[in-house]
This record gives sequence, structure tokens and C-alpha cells, in this order.
Amino acid sequence: MQSYNLTHLKELESESIYVLREVFAQFQNPCILFSGGKDSIVVTHLARKAFYPAKIPFPLVHVDTGHNFPETMEFRDNLVKKFGAKLVVGSVQASIDAGKAAEERGKNATRNAIQTVTLLDTIEEHQFDAAIGGARRDEEKARAKERFFSHRDEFGQWDPKNQRPELWNIFNGKQHFGEHFRVFPLSNWTEMDVWQYILAEKIDIPSLYFAHQRKVIRRSNTWLPISDFITIDPKEEIVEKKIRFRTLGDITITGGEESDADTLEKIIEEVAAARQTERGNREDDKRSETSMEDRKRQGYF
Amino acid sequence: MEDQKNYLNMELLRFTTAGSVDDGKSTLIGRLLFDSKSIFEDQMEQVKQSSERKGLQDTDLALLTDGLKDEREQGITIDVAYRYFATPKRKFIIADTPGHIQYTRNMVTGASTANVALILIDARNGVVDQTCRHSIIASLLQIPHIVVCINKMDLVDYDKAVYDKIVEDYERFSSKLDVKDVRFIPISALKGDNVVNRSENMKWYEGSTLLYTLEHIHIGSDHNHIDCRFPVQTVIRPKSDEYHDYRGYAGRIAGGIFKPGDEVAVLPSGFTSKIKSIDTFDGPVDEAFAPMSVTIQLEDDIDISRGDMIVRTNNQPEQKQDLEVMLCWLNNKGPVPRGKYTLRHTTADMKAMIKEIRYKLDINTLHRNEEDKDIKMNDICKVLLRTTKPVFVDPYRKNRQTGSIILVDDATNETVAAGMVV
Repeated sequence: MQSYNLTHLKELESESIYVLREVFAQFQNPCILFSGGKDSIVVTHLARKAFYPAKIPFPLVHVDTGHNFPETMEFRDNLVKKFGAKLVVGSVQASIDAGKAAEERGKNATRNAIQTVTLLDTIEEHQFDAAIGGARRDEEKARAKERFFSHRDEFGQWDPKNQRPELWNIFNGKQHFGEHFRVFPLSNWTEMDVWQYILAEKIDIPSLYFAHQRKVIRRSNTWLPISDFITIDPKEEIVEKKIRFRTLGDITITGGEESDADTLEKIIEEVAAARQTERGNREDDKRSETSMEDRKRQGYF
Repeated sequence: MEDQKNYLNMELLRFTTAGSVDDGKSTLIGRLLFDSKSIFEDQMEQVKQSSERKGLQDTDLALLTDGLKDEREQGITIDVAYRYFATPKRKFIIADTPGHIQYTRNMVTGASTANVALILIDARNGVVDQTCRHSIIASLLQIPHIVVCINKMDLVDYDKAVYDKIVEDYERFSSKLDVKDVRFIPISALKGDNVVNRSENMKWYEGSTLLYTLEHIHIGSDHNHIDCRFPVQTVIRPKSDEYHDYRGYAGRIAGGIFKPGDEVAVLPSGFTSKIKSIDTFDGPVDEAFAPMSVTIQLEDDIDISRGDMIVRTNNQPEQKQDLEVMLCWLNNKGPVPRGKYTLRHTTADMKAMIKEIRYKLDINTLHRNEEDKDIKMNDICKVLLRTTKPVFVDPYRKNRQTGSIILVDDATNETVAAGMVV
């Protein structure tokens, strides 16, 4: 007898496609926040599936901190060309030049926090009423309480104690002028689901996720890549290691881990055996116990 | 390599947990996550540090499930938190709902998508008000399976008589409820008895452990595969050279099994046609069932838009403008007399008002109070709704997707109520 049961990956895929179609139907001007990381790549892949044979009906928005991995930029440009998608770039440098954001100082300075300014400006400038992101609830404790359709006030802020209840699969995207929504189609996916899906669907991802040789320094228990944007203390020693990145953010905050995983199968084995969370190598999350919640309240991803 | 192939056959099971802090709910979730290796060292380290800062003697696993700053500071859970873990058989989504404040609102939210409700009973206290409340909500929301975990068996000397008495009490109470499948498991979340591993201390218990139950409970029939319902989300028209005349109706199947060649009717117009193809990015499919997201093409050119529903000609939902629903009020501000709300049902929107409040349900006792009609947050009541145009509904018992509605306040845009069609 035929079994009418979906596998977990198919059910997650179907749920995400449903969410993406709801965004298209309920909003005037949605966009996909595209970082070049695996989660936003999977969201983009799902958007292709949701509207096939039509093209992806949303522009991809990249908030460019100027502190990028060159590999990510190359990957982004290729993907945009391949899918015939529209790309919108919000520049953190431009926000700094306009005096809207101030560069952090000191050895651990990053542009992570001030991205929020550029993100909110870009949303306002293009009048996006929904910004689709790849965030997952398993990533971080504040994200565990996110809705699929997450309301933001006219200042772009999140009020976690006053979220709209979400029942069954009925999503309420109604909003007042000037407010917007963040939408998270991958809410119910875990890191493992994402990797298994990338393997099952043969989705291209940047080479940075695979083990490769790189010049790095050891800082706060992670291997930080050498780049033009990092201040190296004379006491810190530059070494060459075989590493891979488990998440991709700014080059200044994304630490790698030593690894031999140079295929998707090996990455999945490594993820299954991992004893540290995916964001454990992210300097931005380590600043305080509630640093993700604090940034999210301000309008961060 | 075995594991690598396994994931292609895993199923997804969603469950809610209900119980107050004292029932050991967080300890149970902590144990499931911990024993299935879903807690990472850095998460554990954070929890240890927080516990120490609070001056606690032991590491408090409950902190693992508290996400927001206020929750950590006040030691309470405010909102539904979602947790994830997997075994080689299934992936699990836990909707962890707080037991105390705003309990109904959060429990209803968590219960709306669940296959299984885990209900915790403290073996020392037996069936209490909260047990009844949670069970009534699980039954109202038609969670297909209830697993009653009788916890803290270690504190009653693993005594079979205590367990038997609680099972008897629960069965007496639940006979009044509309639940199909109830199971009982004696456990100790703290010591680990019958959670993941069989208990050495309760040889008298011959049933499965909790994890085994969650891995094997039959969920294949939790979706309706009989009554074909396809709410249209949007129309796909590529207008490209290659797909010049393509016109597909995109949506997620809410019930039944659709096949190419099927005779279908489109509501509300009532026009009939045949399914030409059921398309996906990966190619056309021979059949589609809930909860698949697909795109349907019809043989005839009919005007169809979002909010319409494609159904089988010989099996149609009811078309109603007067809807009897069990309503759960979710907002601080109660309903305005004769106030108009936006009603959303599947992908359709319309205006609606509460025409009559029949009774308020006491969710501790199931008592129907016909005198008190003052609806406040967390109240559950039976009401009559009047809509501006027909809604295509099934009874909620038959289909959780086509039998559910929400009400939205047009002034604030907030979701103020959730309802189940009687």
C-alpha cells in the first residue's frame, strides 16, 4: 500500500515553500536578505521552487559591510547571474560616510552591530514591507521564540514579549504604514536539516564551507582568518591551518575550525559529531549572554 | 554511511509539552535533548555559568529552555519556545509552552500544529486542575495522541499502586473528552527511568519508554487523506517565452489525494474542470496529498484567485455565513460588542462579527457557563460568527486546516482570537 507520509526534509521543504508563497501573496514589496551564507542560499533555492516555472519574484538584498570574504562576493555575483535575480546592495561604508553609523574601535572592532543601521536604511529606502531571512530557531535561544512572520515597528524593532500568536498555518502579515515584517521560512530547520538538504538537492555553496588551507590567528578559542580588516597584536602568531567555516558572516567575526571535511558527506559526519553549537565560533554572539536578543530588538537579522 | 542514508527516511513529529515548572517539564525536555546528544558543550557551559551566578547548587537544566532576558531574570517562561532534536528514526519539534501565565493562549498556539501532547503529572500529586486544563485544550485542539507521563516515580518508591491509581483517575476524567489515543508511562525525568532507557526500578511496567513511543507512534493518519481540499495561495504566471500560456495555482494541500484527471470544482464560482497536471520544481507528480506544496494546472481557463478553493466535485465542504466556533480569545483587550474583525480562513479573508456568545467553557471542569459572557484573554467560549461572504469549512474534527480560523483586529492588526469550527 502506498504510504501517504512525507519525509522530514520534504515536509520542511513544503512548509517553507508555503511560507514563501504567503509572503508573495500578503505583501506588496518583499525581499530576501542574502548574506551568501548557506541558510540564505537554501532560502533562495526554496524561492525558486516555490514559484517555478516563474522566476524568483523577490530581489536579493545584501548588506555589505565591506569586510567580506572575496569567495562570498564571487559566489553572490554568480548566483544572481545564474538565477536572473535582482540584487540590491546596502553599504555599511556608505552609512558610516553619511554619519549614520560609527565604526567600532579597538582590537576586536567589527562592523557587525552597525550593519543594523544599513539594513534598516535599505529597507526604508526601497520600502520593503517584508524581509525574508534564513534564521533558524535552533541557532540561538532568542531565535527559539521567533515567529515565522515576525512584526517590526516603524523603528524596525522587535518586541519579543508582544508577538502575534501564530496558530496552525495561518499567518497574519497585516501592518501599518512604515512597519515591516521579518519572515523566516527555515524556522523549523536545524543545522543538520540544512546540510542534509544541501546534499539531497545538490545545492552549490561557497568553497569556504569546505576544508581548505588558510592563514589564521588563534583568538578566543577559534581560528580567525587573516584579512586587511583585522588588527593583529604583535603577540599573536600567524599560522597556516586546514580549516573550514561552519557559518559565514563578516570576515572579522567568522572563526573557522580545524577540519578535513572537504565533501558534503564529511561535513554532515562532522556536524553529527559536533560538541559545540554552530555559532560557537561567532565573536558577535559571545559579547554577552543576551547579545543576540539585544541586537534583534534593535532590528538585527 | 548508514546514517547518511537514514535521513532520507526520517519522519517529522511535532509535540507539545504541558506542565508547570514543578512537574519537572524542563528536566524532562533537558533529558530528551541531553540523551539524544542535542545539547552542545558551549550551551551547557552557559547554563552552568548562569546557574552559578544565581547561586544555585546544581546546574539548572530549565535555563536551557528559557530564551529571553526577562525569562532568565524572573525564572519564568513567557512564550512558546521551540526545541529540536532527532534520532535516526524521527526528527522532533517540541513546542514548549509555559504552565502558568497566559497558559491557554500559549498552549493553544503550541497545540495547533502538534501530533502529540505530552502531559506531565507529578506522581505525588496525581491528577490536578492543571492536568485537566491541559487535557481539555489538547482535546479541543484535536491533538491526535496524548502521552501522559507520570513523573517523579522515584519519589513514590516506584510504586505500581500509585501509578495505577493515577491512570484510573485520569481515565475517569478523560472519558468526557474527545481524545482517540491516550497512553501512560511511569517515568522519572530526573533519574532517567523510562525516558530513553528502560527502568530497572519498574519491572512491573511492560510498555515502551517515552522516546520509543515518540519514535513509533503512528502519525500517518494525522492528516486528512479523504476529503480533497486545495486552498489557492497565489497564481503562477511566468509570462516568459518558454511558458507563455502557463497558469498554475499554487498552494499547500489541506486534505485528500489529488491526481491528474480528477474532476474538480472551484469554490466559490462552482465552475468545474479537470486537473491537467500537478507540478513541482522537480517535475510533475502522479498524486499529491497533505501537506505537500504543489502547483495545479486545470484543463479549462477559469478565473481563479487567492482565497478560492479547489475541491472534488463529489465531495465539497460546507458553505456557511453563520459559523459556530469554539473561540479562544488571545488578546488583552476583549471583544467589542458587535465589533467587526477580519476573519482569515485558509487563504481567504473576509469581515466577520461575533453575533452571539453561547457559553463560556470552564477549562478546569468542562462546565458550560451561559451566564458569564464577558470574554477576556485566555477564555474559551462557543460563539456564533456572521461573515460577509460564505466560508468553505469542514468541522475542525475532520480537518484542522479547513476547520480553523483566526480573527484580526483591524485597528491594531493583531491576531486577537483563534477558532475551531464546530
